[in-house]
Amino acid sequence: MDLLLFLQQLLNGISLGSVYALVAIGYTMVYGIVKLINFAHGDILMIGAYCGYYAFTWAQGTASPGLAIAFAFALAMGISALTGVVVEKTCYRPLRNAPRINALITAIGVSIVLENGARVLPFMGPNPRQVRIPEALTGVLQFSGLTISKVQVLTLATSIALMLVLTLFVQYTRTGKAMRAVSHDQQAALLMGISVDRIVSITFAVGAALGGAGGVLFAMNFPMIDPYMGIMPGLKAFVAAVFGGIGSIPGAMLGGLVMGVAETLTKGFISTKLADAVSFGILIVILLVRPAGILGKATREKV
Amino acid sequence: MLKVESINVSYDTIQVLHDVSFHVDEGEIVTLIGANGAGKTTTMHTVSGLIRPKSGKVEFLGKDLVRTAPDRIVRMGLSQVPEGRRVFANLTVLENLEMGAFTKRDGKNAERLATVFRSFPRLEERKGQPAGTLSGGEQQMLAIGRALMAAPRLLLLDEPSMGLSPLLVKEIFSIVKQINANGTTVLLVEQNARMALSIAHRAYVLETGKVVASGDAKELAESEEVRKAYLGL
Repeated sequence: MDLLLFLQQLLNGISLGSVYALVAIGYTMVYGIVKLINFAHGDILMIGAYCGYYAFTWAQGTASPGLAIAFAFALAMGISALTGVVVEKTCYRPLRNAPRINALITAIGVSIVLENGARVLPFMGPNPRQVRIPEALTGVLQFSGLTISKVQVLTLATSIALMLVLTLFVQYTRTGKAMRAVSHDQQAALLMGISVDRIVSITFAVGAALGGAGGVLFAMNFPMIDPYMGIMPGLKAFVAAVFGGIGSIPGAMLGGLVMGVAETLTKGFISTKLADAVSFGILIVILLVRPAGILGKATREKV
Repeated sequence: MLKVESINVSYDTIQVLHDVSFHVDEGEIVTLIGANGAGKTTTMHTVSGLIRPKSGKVEFLGKDLVRTAPDRIVRMGLSQVPEGRRVFANLTVLENLEMGAFTKRDGKNAERLATVFRSFPRLEERKGQPAGTLSGGEQQMLAIGRALMAAPRLLLLDEPSMGLSPLLVKEIFSIVKQINANGTTVLLVEQNARMALSIAHRAYVLETGKVVASGDAKELAESEEVRKAYLGL
């Protein structure tokens, strides 16, 4: 096959995959701390996309494009984080000590509420909206035969920056260390005087903020938003998290990239229609071959 | 300093503690001894606020602990070294110690760290290593050092001898004695009654959730009943 075309698709895949990676981090962090697959996380992406859309539309006329974009990200991440924290406090916290399946069902419920809530809200509504890409971000850059759009450059730069900040945060800050401690042993963390409730809130906030940023990026890459837009990327990010080893942040990053590349390569070389099938095929294969994920540690259930 | 008054604790429908009362005075080493399943760990969890008693009182420095969140209890100056050590295996030794000082933001953590490293030089050698790679004895030292990082006034130790060689048990107990000599009050839960009684001032014997004997540690160690039931003599 054509090498140049392959490299082009690889580049597209990495760009898309970095968005999946951002969203997958939210799944994996929440799972690491409260052992819950937060199926409402994809809808956080949708909320982020809408917030970014409104923020940008509003700021566009008054500020420079760079500032407007920054404002869109800030608002999207802020509102998403807030939504994540509120959902955890009201829906998941009361079920903290209940069997895990209860919280899982609740997460699916929350997802349905968020999607349909967005449909009935007068300023959102059920109809898809076209996202107008700001002038400054239209157009492409060319180098040695490869084409990269400015949106893709922004996507890569933003997601790499966010993942870097997150990694430093989790590795080196007091709160980040406490998160790792809580994810290892909640009770022992309590005995250190760590407020587990607070750490859980922060985890949801951080995960949702990244999901919200992912939503803005997703809306720029596929410039159409609607209340159900979070479902597919949400599911793919979930597969990415499982692929990398759920609970592992580097795993989620790796998984996201793999999912993005697999999707674009399938679209480019096999068939567009098969892309989703391949994505979810990866889930089935990984669950069969290495259920703990590529970077996950196999843990035995304690009896 | 710590006053526990007739607490009753149940898991679902099974009552584990029946009217358990004891107290710890400032400067003491007090031990709770008893066999497996006597309710020792449950007692410790109740004091630390991980479990709520159905009835009864727990007071520390005159303040109620029953309605206090576990993290607040640590801030009040009561730290626990849990049974089975429970170090954060995914964190380094140094990070574990930092987590021990989570509640302390007074800028004196470097001093505390130096003190802990003086008591446990081995921890300093291994400070960059994940705690999960330490041996059992080292993990126990880390668990104790981690609790000391909160500069507690009362230190709760739950079975520090568990799974350790006799030599290490001796070492751990002499360290506990040293910690007490440095001014920290100690409440020690042990199955190894002989060792516990040898360093404690006073002791309580727990049997199926009830306090069945109490008194001066030396006297208890010599009493016929305790010798037969717990010391195997």
